[in-house]
Amino acid sequence: MKLTREEVLKIAKLARLHLEEEDIAKYQEDLGSILSYVEKLQELNTDDVPEFQHAAGGVNVFREDVVENCDEDTRRRAIENFSQREGDFLKVQAVFENRTQ
Amino acid sequence: MDVSTLTIKEAGEKLASGALTAVDYTKSCLDAIDAGNEELNAFLEVSQTALDEAAAIDARRAAGESMGSLAGIPVALKDLILVKGWEVTDGSQILEGHRASYDATVVQRLRTAGAILIGRTNMDEFAMGSSTQTSHYGPTMNPWDHTKVPGGTSGGSAAAVAAGFVPAALGSDTGGSVRQPASMCGVVGLKPTYGRVSRFGLMAVGSSLEQIGPITHTVEDAALILEAIEGRDAKDSTSAELSNTTVPALIEKSVDGMTLGMPKEYFASGMDSQVATVVHEAIAELERAGARIQEISMPHSEYALATFYIIQPAEASSNLGRFDGLRYGYHSGGENLQETYERTRGEGFGKEVKRRIMLGSYTLSAGYYDAYYRKALKVRTLIKRDFDEAFKSVDAIVCPTSPTVAWNIGEKFDDPLAMYLADIYTVTANLATVPGMSVPCGFVDGLPVGLQILAKPFDEYTLFRVGATYQDRTSWHKQSPT
Repeated sequence: MKLTREEVLKIAKLARLHLEEEDIAKYQEDLGSILSYVEKLQELNTDDVPEFQHAAGGVNVFREDVVENCDEDTRRRAIENFSQREGDFLKVQAVFENRTQ
Repeated sequence: MDVSTLTIKEAGEKLASGALTAVDYTKSCLDAIDAGNEELNAFLEVSQTALDEAAAIDARRAAGESMGSLAGIPVALKDLILVKGWEVTDGSQILEGHRASYDATVVQRLRTAGAILIGRTNMDEFAMGSSTQTSHYGPTMNPWDHTKVPGGTSGGSAAAVAAGFVPAALGSDTGGSVRQPASMCGVVGLKPTYGRVSRFGLMAVGSSLEQIGPITHTVEDAALILEAIEGRDAKDSTSAELSNTTVPALIEKSVDGMTLGMPKEYFASGMDSQVATVVHEAIAELERAGARIQEISMPHSEYALATFYIIQPAEASSNLGRFDGLRYGYHSGGENLQETYERTRGEGFGKEVKRRIMLGSYTLSAGYYDAYYRKALKVRTLIKRDFDEAFKSVDAIVCPTSPTVAWNIGEKFDDPLAMYLADIYTVTANLATVPGMSVPCGFVDGLPVGLQILAKPFDEYTLFRVGATYQDRTSWHKQSPT
């Protein structure tokens, strides 16, 4: 099994990954071989088997809704990690296009 | 005094009696790293404040204050555990230069116990790989043979302990990433039960699978670290309220009357015959120690790897969505937001990480979700049932940690499936959430082999008991690479 070029490009779009042209053929091969391997699971009849739901046993684990662990020093450190900023604001590109013009 | 071979227990006694100071101990570790790390690349960075922390411990001891269980013990951390102010990269270019803004819960607990945080260790990028070769910061070499890999993904932590740089390190285990490198470096590696140790401040990749665990020379030392870091944490809703906390002093060095299961599927094809011989001999030693060995069958074992390589990439593709080039990390600007995301991620992530993100995005996408992801969740239930069934008749399971010893650096690097097969005996514990530990049990061609012990959820005590009994009767763990 080998994925088509179109399939690889579609997944890359979903995953927000830019692929270099020369890598696309390798993804077709690699993903294809891994998917062929995991096909193995189809041998098993799992009609009556429930899905594994959660690794931890807890149910409705709550804690008080209070801000913790965000003193001024922690806040400053988080802001300093912003890739781009203006003052204390996180700078991002526009999400919506301007259609009013 | 040569401190490089001291166990935590031995060092703790010397520190308590005044025969060794935390400053001298820490300085010896830093000197050893300074002398040997360039060759091994186990550490990515050492702490600039370790000696100050050690001096503070010595001062507190001199003042007669009560000391924590790890007071003055240097501990290394895999580079995905947050320490406030430290750079933390997850082995990736996308986080190069990123500094943690808070401490992980395990870090807070190590500090409370008095441990000296000595530095951060190399790892496969985002804990994806089996040999520490996918790190953006270059591979780590195996201390036993510098042409071989140390295993992965916690290869830096395992190599640091094996080389005698530190008595202990923390790693994280998503599919064997503590146990497999421990096996290949001849040290002890423990993956606790899912929920035993808080994941707050551990960078998430495979959230339903991963746990932080210790890498040490002895089983008792692993218990000493676990004692310090385990327990419920309000900041991790999946962490469990423990009814049986770890008490290292109570570990019984006897397996008399225990039943140990040997799953026939774990000794099947693909296994190196010399490794099989060594592991069989280790199991025979436990039999001589009084355990009853029972062959068991865990029929869904052969489906575990396929299940894992659907679930882990699916969770990873979701978790790694947060790397958008905006809030932190590498940024590569495009014409619009979509392009910025694509460029940032395309350039910032390495090959294996991108492969897994692609795989996860595929198996979670419309039209494929049922056939892959949902199917894998169902098979995960079957694998969990295999364990439940086995533990009705045995106290613990004994098997190999890895089908082979360490391979050559460069090998399997471009063949993802061949690399994934290295995890075949370790992924089951993560899927079934049970605890597992690798203990050194011999050598093949001068390279270490590990015995894997698996137990019921939250029954780490049984792992410690079997492992400590084995180490009490053997001396593999006392050998050091030359």
